[in-house]
Amino acid sequence: MDFDIAFAWSITPELLSGLWVTVQVVVLGFVLAVVAGLLLAIAQRSPLPLVRAACAGYLSFFRSTPLMVQLYVLFFALPLAGLTLPAFATGVIGLGLYYAAYIAEAFRGAIDDVPAGQWEAARALDFEPATTWRRLILPQAVKPLLPVLGNYLIGMFKETPLLAVITIPELFQAAKQVAGMTYRYNEPYTLMALMFLAISVPTSLLFKYLEHRRHA
Amino acid sequence: MPEQSFHSAPAQIVLRDVVKDFGRNRIIDHLNLSIPQRQKVALIGPSGSGKSTVLRLIKGLESYQHGSIEVAGVSVPEKRRGWHWPGAGKPATVHRVGMVFQQFNLFPHLSVLENITEAPLRVLKVSEEEARARALAYLDMVGLRHKADAWPGKLSGGQQQRVAIARALAMRPQVMLFDEVTSALDPELVAEVLAVIRTIAHEQQTTMLLVTHEMGFARDIADRVLFMEGGRIVADGTPQEILVNPVNERTRRFLNVVERRDTSQPLAEWQTPTAAL
Repeated sequence: MDFDIAFAWSITPELLSGLWVTVQVVVLGFVLAVVAGLLLAIAQRSPLPLVRAACAGYLSFFRSTPLMVQLYVLFFALPLAGLTLPAFATGVIGLGLYYAAYIAEAFRGAIDDVPAGQWEAARALDFEPATTWRRLILPQAVKPLLPVLGNYLIGMFKETPLLAVITIPELFQAAKQVAGMTYRYNEPYTLMALMFLAISVPTSLLFKYLEHRRHA
Repeated sequence: MPEQSFHSAPAQIVLRDVVKDFGRNRIIDHLNLSIPQRQKVALIGPSGSGKSTVLRLIKGLESYQHGSIEVAGVSVPEKRRGWHWPGAGKPATVHRVGMVFQQFNLFPHLSVLENITEAPLRVLKVSEEEARARALAYLDMVGLRHKADAWPGKLSGGQQQRVAIARALAMRPQVMLFDEVTSALDPELVAEVLAVIRTIAHEQQTTMLLVTHEMGFARDIADRVLFMEGGRIVADGTPQEILVNPVNERTRRFLNVVERRDTSQPLAEWQTPTAAL
């Protein structure tokens, strides 16, 4: 087993540009997933049965089909219906919608866990429902949720090699290309693994820090 | 009629023929009650008699099936507003009813000061300075100004309850509801909370309703005592009439049981040594 450091150094810029694409897809996808997940969690409490049913349908669909299948549908099937999106946008939407279903469930649980007394205290002080959610309930719900969100973010990051199938030039795709062109596999794949590690570990530490930042 | 004297001031809280069912249980059974401004009313009675429900109905925390409730001339709707849904409409802030709970229910993610300023800021839309000044004044009143920047979780139960009282007062309520506010406290912490409520009763112009098991305390600060049982008011009169010389047989038996564990005060002269054991 030989590892040519000079060669590894020479392919690093290519891999880094792949990593940059990966990070962008994940960050944007995560933002979409958290926003959509929160909206889904709130909509599940809607007084309208139709809204609740639509949410249940969404969760069921996205949690019962493989992410790869969803990406294929978004990328290859939707254009047949006249809706064509660039690969990058498809990746963001695909990851975002898939993880939104899981994050919605996590939000729902965390919101349910806020004690009834908090709602009553808010009501007793005549807070409007929207203010109650924004200032009192959600801040309390999000804190225990931080480690869960962190896990989903890292999970998303680790799913990104799937995006290669819809031609997004992310890190895995970049490593594969280098390997295919140079017939050297050791350096690009090792570097790729180290880069995944270099993002995942600090991310996990960041969420640990956020979790313990405030002692209430 | 001893009730005559209660109705000299205009009625601020009026319950007319109110019925509240929970499933197949009748919690409040055709209850009629009129409370004039500034009156201090103690609600006593066995557990499950509907005392707390009366407070919760007045605050609009519970729906009811029949009758009507008015606070300061404005009706409290029969249907509870869905405040678990962010799209639900505004609650009726015109009532200005404050409530303090058995379990304090401070917001754990906000400091003591923020717990108190939050509602004046967001609900009454007062300025930052005004909210802060109010909060500090009420913290002074409950003796906790030095804890303004503490987290609620770091305070004792008695301190948390005093903060909860300051939080309710900062909304300048016309009516204050105290729902068994000392029941969750260790015995040695009860006195400090009762002292604060006593101060409010003497200094503030608010109408007060207290559900309490502290009979000595009720006798001390209340103008009027209601004895409830089975969702109805069974006896209604001055502390003298209800607590000192109870005419009602059921009231007398109840008092004999509670007096044995009253911790609010040393023995009062009206308590016989046997009853106070």
